[in-house]
Amino acid sequence: MTLAFLNLTWPTFADGLALGGIYALMAVGIGLVFGVLRLVNFAYGQLLMAGAYALAYGATWNLPTWESILLCFGVVLVLSLLMEVLVFRPLRLHSPATMLVATFAVAFLLQNIALLKFGALPRSAGSLALLNAPWDIFGAEIRKIAVVSVATAAGCLVILQMLLKLTPLGLHMRAASMDFRTARLLGVRANRVITGAVILSGLLAAVSAVMLSVQDINVTSTFGLQDTIVVLAGVVLGGLNRLIPATLGGFAIGFATGILGGVLPSNQVQYLQSFVFAAVIVVLLVRPNGLFTRAAGAVERV
Amino acid sequence: MNQLRRLPELLGPALLILATAWLGLEVSSYLEAYFLDTLVKVAIVVALYLFIGNSGVLSFGQISFVALGAWTAGLLTMPESQKRLEMPGLWHFLLTTNVGNAASLALAAVVGGIAALVVGLPLMRLSGLAAGIATFSVLEITNNVLTFDGKIGPGVNNFSSVPATTGIWQAAVACLICIAVAYVYQRTRFGRMLRATREDPAAAAAAGISINRQRLLAFTLSGALAGFAGGLYVHLQPLASGGLYLDLTFITLAMLVVGGSGSLLGAVVGALALNGIFSFFSAATNTVVVFGWHLKVPSGTAEIVLGVLMAVVLILRPSGITGGRELFLPRRRRPVADLEKARATT
Repeated sequence: MTLAFLNLTWPTFADGLALGGIYALMAVGIGLVFGVLRLVNFAYGQLLMAGAYALAYGATWNLPTWESILLCFGVVLVLSLLMEVLVFRPLRLHSPATMLVATFAVAFLLQNIALLKFGALPRSAGSLALLNAPWDIFGAEIRKIAVVSVATAAGCLVILQMLLKLTPLGLHMRAASMDFRTARLLGVRANRVITGAVILSGLLAAVSAVMLSVQDINVTSTFGLQDTIVVLAGVVLGGLNRLIPATLGGFAIGFATGILGGVLPSNQVQYLQSFVFAAVIVVLLVRPNGLFTRAAGAVERV
Repeated sequence: MNQLRRLPELLGPALLILATAWLGLEVSSYLEAYFLDTLVKVAIVVALYLFIGNSGVLSFGQISFVALGAWTAGLLTMPESQKRLEMPGLWHFLLTTNVGNAASLALAAVVGGIAALVVGLPLMRLSGLAAGIATFSVLEITNNVLTFDGKIGPGVNNFSSVPATTGIWQAAVACLICIAVAYVYQRTRFGRMLRATREDPAAAAAAGISINRQRLLAFTLSGALAGFAGGLYVHLQPLASGGLYLDLTFITLAMLVVGGSGSLLGAVVGALALNGIFSFFSAATNTVVVFGWHLKVPSGTAEIVLGVLMAVVLILRPSGITGGRELFLPRRRRPVADLEKARATT
């Protein structure tokens, strides 16, 4: 069963959806922190890397799968809280450019610590690799991980939306991302909201790390780096100021990357990055405030 | 008088460069490589400063012009026989054309400038995060194409037999040229107009300044300097496209921000300080002697020290070491006192 145009097949379509789902989760993770801190966290990819290394170590130590996933969650959460306390908190009132460069420094630092500690050779995080096996769904061979990724992403997004809409912390978070100062005046506790956002963002990073490590078993110090860059582009593309446009942007760029990766002829697939980023530039020129946002508001000065 | 007071703005950075070059000549030839590298980094950071510092728009794309400059200068100076051997897929024109050292640097600057002009023409309308991501996209595309296209360069391999003509004096003179260009630019009315748009875009536009045009001019100049620096770089060491990508982008941006992105002095000081510390710890992996005390560190320490240092400086001094200020001679106090006295009497 083939989609008639191009050479787009159902498995490619499913892989595109899966990558879109994972990128959407990462986009939410980045967007949540941006909402409350006005901070573009470039070091998000290093959280994924740390999580993937935890999974790789879990596999080396022959831990049961659920234990290595737990280890991954623990490592990522601790690391993101450390980042918050040591770097984001002291920088909270500084200009966005300074904060962005500071997250570069963190990313650079963590990447090199990983390189020093774990070496340049890739480590295998293979405990979930059997999810790469295909399932036969209505005659199309679709990888299990594609289904799992889409389901997990959808589940996480629904839970998160409920958290934001139905709990007091969610209300405070939404208020803080609208207008932090006014929210504080009305009794929203800055530290609590920011810590909440960082924890949620860390959880999403851990989930993404698990999903990505199935797609890419080899864990190196640059694990998740390229994904983070693509997601950042997607997030800005969608519109960073609101969570849902940001998520849609992340999904769209993941979906497009996945589909293009499957559709491009083999002599052009190496230029995948160029195609994706050329599209990013074109969209930014047409809709500089975001693809999924309403008409332009005030100019943001970053 | 005012002109004289302004002199250290140019002389300060220039003297720093000359001092670095002089130190580089004094040390062993093994350590000289670090000084050469530092001087090339200064040239790159000054190129970044010319656009980012003056316009206040964050650009991640400048390193792509460094890469284009490196490709240009590398291809035009590599001996033809070597090119035939190592890059069989090269375009005929590039295969047969060869120029000298100075001409290749000039052409690298031209290519960098033209590329920046072409890219900047549509992109300079953007600002803020959109500009950041768009310029990042330029970096991604350039890197992707240079890595995989064997028609215009070595592809995934590195430039292995480019003549290593960048010595201490060539590097120092090139740095001084970059600094002079940046200085002259920021003293002209164009530089001032761009700085006005940085401080308040709305007011600047209301005063009749075309934000687009001023940014484009600075972006083009910055691209030319970046291409020039890329030419220097390829004449220094065998480069590959992977070396002109994310790491270099982060390091050079960090140098600019840590030094203080608002001033030329900041760009130079940031590059010298961070690269100096980085070089020190890199050299220390093979033991360095500090005041008779032997220091040896495991490899990778340099990167970690640099990362920690960058974070600490940004937390403690977010506007950079220089705080974005240039070097001035102290102002003469008397006229102010006279004015106050006059005020007091009336």
